[in-house]
Amino acid sequence: MVDSFSCSFTATELDARTGVQDVVNRLREMGVPEARADEVQIALTEAVNNVVEHAYAGMDVGDVRIRCNLDPEQLWISIGDAGVPFKDGQLPAGTRQDLNVSLEELPEGGFGWLLIRELATDVQYERNDAGNNLSLRFEIQMRNAKPA
Amino acid sequence: MSLTSTTADGTQIVTVNAERIDAAMAIQFKEDMRSTTENGPDRVILDLSEVKFIDSSGLGAIVAAMKQLGQGRKLDLAGLTPMVDKVFRLTRMDTVFDLYPSLPDAQAVNRVES
Repeated sequence: MVDSFSCSFTATELDARTGVQDVVNRLREMGVPEARADEVQIALTEAVNNVVEHAYAGMDVGDVRIRCNLDPEQLWISIGDAGVPFKDGQLPAGTRQDLNVSLEELPEGGFGWLLIRELATDVQYERNDAGNNLSLRFEIQMRNAKPA
Repeated sequence: MSLTSTTADGTQIVTVNAERIDAAMAIQFKEDMRSTTENGPDRVILDLSEVKFIDSSGLGAIVAAMKQLGQGRKLDLAGLTPMVDKVFRLTRMDTVFDLYPSLPDAQAVNRVES
């Protein structure tokens, strides 16, 4: 039994905020446990913010399309956009930065991919004619998985 | 972005009166922190107990707020709620700031490290 839903919203900071909240609220209603839903919210926020900040940079703003597939053990979230591809067609590594540095040298960014990679079980990226498709997979221990 | 500031015992307490510090408010937060903490005491405690959600932009803005204080001044964080705490730990930023479970806990440590 796989439950799925999809939605889309305009790739702006404010629409992204409500769009991600709506998706995560729906996942909670479907039985994703509170703590894991929080983690999904953190990772999904970063993925969608990347679309807002980078994919549509320098062009007319387009949509973010989200599709969720949930089974009792896993959640797949695909995030689609019609913007520019990732640099070199590769996802950023999201490696840890050295924090043992002077105050002035502390990083103020570069945490987004670190959070996505820490929280998602698996991350896949595909570029096709329609644009970018990022797929995040999360292992889930469902609360009272509803009978089909 | 709503910030409330009080100063007592040589410490400035800045309370964030918002549920989120995210990409949509990070720049405003950084600017408001700059004006609020300008020429204040050496120790600033940022009370985050009302903040339920932070993203990487918000995290970067808090780092920027600490840098703006400059050498000799210090930004401590108090009252991290579960999701905020998680973001700090996952990014290891909990090793950069002193974190206190609540504002009274932070106030109980009334010292400024040189």
